[in-house]
Amino acid sequence: MKFGIVVFPGSNCDHDCYHIVKNVLGQEAEYIWHKETQINGFDCLILPGGFSYGDYLRTGAIAKFSPVMKAVKEFADGGGLVIGICNGFQILVEAGLLPGVLMRNRDLKFICENRYLKVENSNTPFTRLYNKGEVVSIPIAHADGNYFADDQTLKRLQDNGQIVFRYCDANGNTIDDANPNGSLLNIAGVCNEKRNILGMMPHPERCAEEIMGNTDGKRVFESILTTKI
Amino acid sequence: MMIAKIYVTLKNGVLDPQGKAVQHSLESIGYKEAQDVRIGKYIEVKLTDMPKAEANKKVKEMCEKMLANTVIENFRFEIE
Repeated sequence: MKFGIVVFPGSNCDHDCYHIVKNVLGQEAEYIWHKETQINGFDCLILPGGFSYGDYLRTGAIAKFSPVMKAVKEFADGGGLVIGICNGFQILVEAGLLPGVLMRNRDLKFICENRYLKVENSNTPFTRLYNKGEVVSIPIAHADGNYFADDQTLKRLQDNGQIVFRYCDANGNTIDDANPNGSLLNIAGVCNEKRNILGMMPHPERCAEEIMGNTDGKRVFESILTTKI
Repeated sequence: MMIAKIYVTLKNGVLDPQGKAVQHSLESIGYKEAQDVRIGKYIEVKLTDMPKAEANKKVKEMCEKMLANTVIENFRFEIE
């Protein structure tokens, strides 16, 4: 499978994603500079974490106009798999490829730590190797991960099973105490209706090989590999 | 040269933790009358000269496309 990792000015998790795809999973990986307008031959695109355009104006607000984003949209419209991690998630919501918005964390702090997540939907190309309801530990590293959407959108997300990950405690309770950033419904990751676009604030690429001390994120990438394009 | 003065503010009902922190701080330095603080953005855009109606249309577009995220923010502007 061939993965494209989109690099914006200010992306800083691009190499981590490349490493996991190429060296851990043994797949093809290529960087795609944000100025590219043609992207061909890829099976999955990764929008990595970082601080594209310095988070100026709002996170993802300027990156959504990078030339590559038109091609990303077309790729996604054609059913291609797209995963946005952290800043990549912020860019996807700004670009309108996923619903909602990511606001400043409730306590205004940058939070970098492992968090428990509950897999709410294991019927997506990104989570099919997890069990529904499974609790995994994946690190977050963000100051703007506070998911917000209006009531109507939230209801739609729930009805359609588009909420993929929620912050929870070690026992899988999605309580407010387990919510690091104030996200509505403890949302940590959502997908689109067609299930081919996933955005998540936690970083699965930071816990995808033994040497990192945690491999809970690896199945996100392995799930993608089991998906027929 | 025309100038668009744009105000981007959070919609009602959207929590503003920054505003809350500033309000607490104002209170702690003695301004008990500061009941609530909402923080927004002020943006100035210099424009080439054009008819006012066209400028209004362009600036509205700029706000909708980039300067505000209308999921959580409102905007208003004046053109001088």
